[in-house]
Amino acid sequence: MKKRSFEVVAIGGSAGSMPVVRELLESMPGPLRFTVIIILHRLKNVHSEMARLLSVGLKGFRVREPDDKEPLKERSAYLVPQNYHLLIEADKTVCLDYSEPVHHSRPSIDVTFESVARVYAGRAVAILLSGASRDGADGLFAVIANGGVGIVQDPATAEYQTMPQAAITRTDRALVMKPGEIAAYLQTLNG
Amino acid sequence: MISEGKEQITMEELEEIVLLIRGQYGYDFGDYARASLQRRLVRCMQQSGCRTPYELKYQLTNDKRFFAWFLEALTVNVTEMFRDPAFYRELRNNVLPKLASYPIIKIWHAGCATGEEVFSMAILLHEAGLLERTRLYATDLNPANLDRARQGIVPLQQMKDYTFNYIQSGGGNDFSSYYTARYENAIIHKEYRKNIVFAMHNLAADQVFNEFQLICCRNVLIYFNRDLQNRAVTLFRDSLAPLGYLALGMKESLLFTDVRDHFEAVHPAVRIYRSKM
Repeated sequence: MKKRSFEVVAIGGSAGSMPVVRELLESMPGPLRFTVIIILHRLKNVHSEMARLLSVGLKGFRVREPDDKEPLKERSAYLVPQNYHLLIEADKTVCLDYSEPVHHSRPSIDVTFESVARVYAGRAVAILLSGASRDGADGLFAVIANGGVGIVQDPATAEYQTMPQAAITRTDRALVMKPGEIAAYLQTLNG
Repeated sequence: MISEGKEQITMEELEEIVLLIRGQYGYDFGDYARASLQRRLVRCMQQSGCRTPYELKYQLTNDKRFFAWFLEALTVNVTEMFRDPAFYRELRNNVLPKLASYPIIKIWHAGCATGEEVFSMAILLHEAGLLERTRLYATDLNPANLDRARQGIVPLQQMKDYTFNYIQSGGGNDFSSYYTARYENAIIHKEYRKNIVFAMHNLAADQVFNEFQLICCRNVLIYFNRDLQNRAVTLFRDSLAPLGYLALGMKESLLFTDVRDHFEAVHPAVRIYRSKM
């Protein structure tokens, strides 16, 4: 049987997720074997070096914020820009959106996860990490419902459990993993 | 089915609704970005209690007042004063001093929503001593937005954030001197609004109406597909005086448009472009 291949890994995190996002990125083999989209709850209207901070020490790739209409490339890592939602068009170009916050957040993890589910369907992996909101639960559900893989950080390992716990409550089909297990999973992806 | 309990709309249904709105009300959303338009339509269905796209079409066909609500709900009217302080700092330090050489300065805010950005611009112009000889044209396709903008009303609860943005942008005055607080609202003083003309203009359908030294169209083009983006930025090019400025949102780019060679990115970090003659 042909091994399943994935086109995109979407990672959503809020409070307490930064160390885990870094751990996952550092564990990824560069060059990447898929597109990475990172959605983090962050401040708006302040100068942000988040993309640079996430890129420090990465092997063979770096994280950057895409512009509207930019084509998402395979083997590239993107950070959703502050104060925008990120949606994806059917042709895999970026569609930014400045509409109302969702779960008090813009960017919202739900918005991007739901768009990933629609466009990439069974070729998507969504990972939801630590956070103190319930953003991401519906989006993770959507990814799984459309045939993708949904992974939730084991709440016992999360600095803030609300977000991963909300996703586990929303769907019993998510894989619950510790950060090290998620990293190991990503290393085998498309390998 | 993507998510239980959530109304869904297929691309075919979306196109039918776009046709209906165009035919019946004359608004053309045919070249709006599909991903965001689809999300907005689902949101409209949720808010209006329409469980199926058919119900939404029924309402749109039979109820004009429903359309007025729908138009407001469908288009994104979210805005902030001094959003992206770094952008306003650049205007203050490097763009307005260049505009000062014109006897009359004309600025167009295309897609002004409820006016917060044009009020911010008026405050900058006032602080640069230029407001008296500036004409600000603020346009939007949504009449409800313009009605609100003409009143100069901004929700008071936002003012703390806006004051922070203003200070970050290099503003040195007491921000509260620009408005009067009344109940839930802040009303921008009339003297900062008297040179603003609010008017209907639809970037998807309307034409050049004046010549400007600066056009601000921030976070409006993101809702358009590439064709309509091209038409809009061509309209801007044709509406700019030689060496006129075009300001886009922080993640909007001319790179993916047909007019990229007509402009120079003079302040690329904050997406301020200048037309090459």
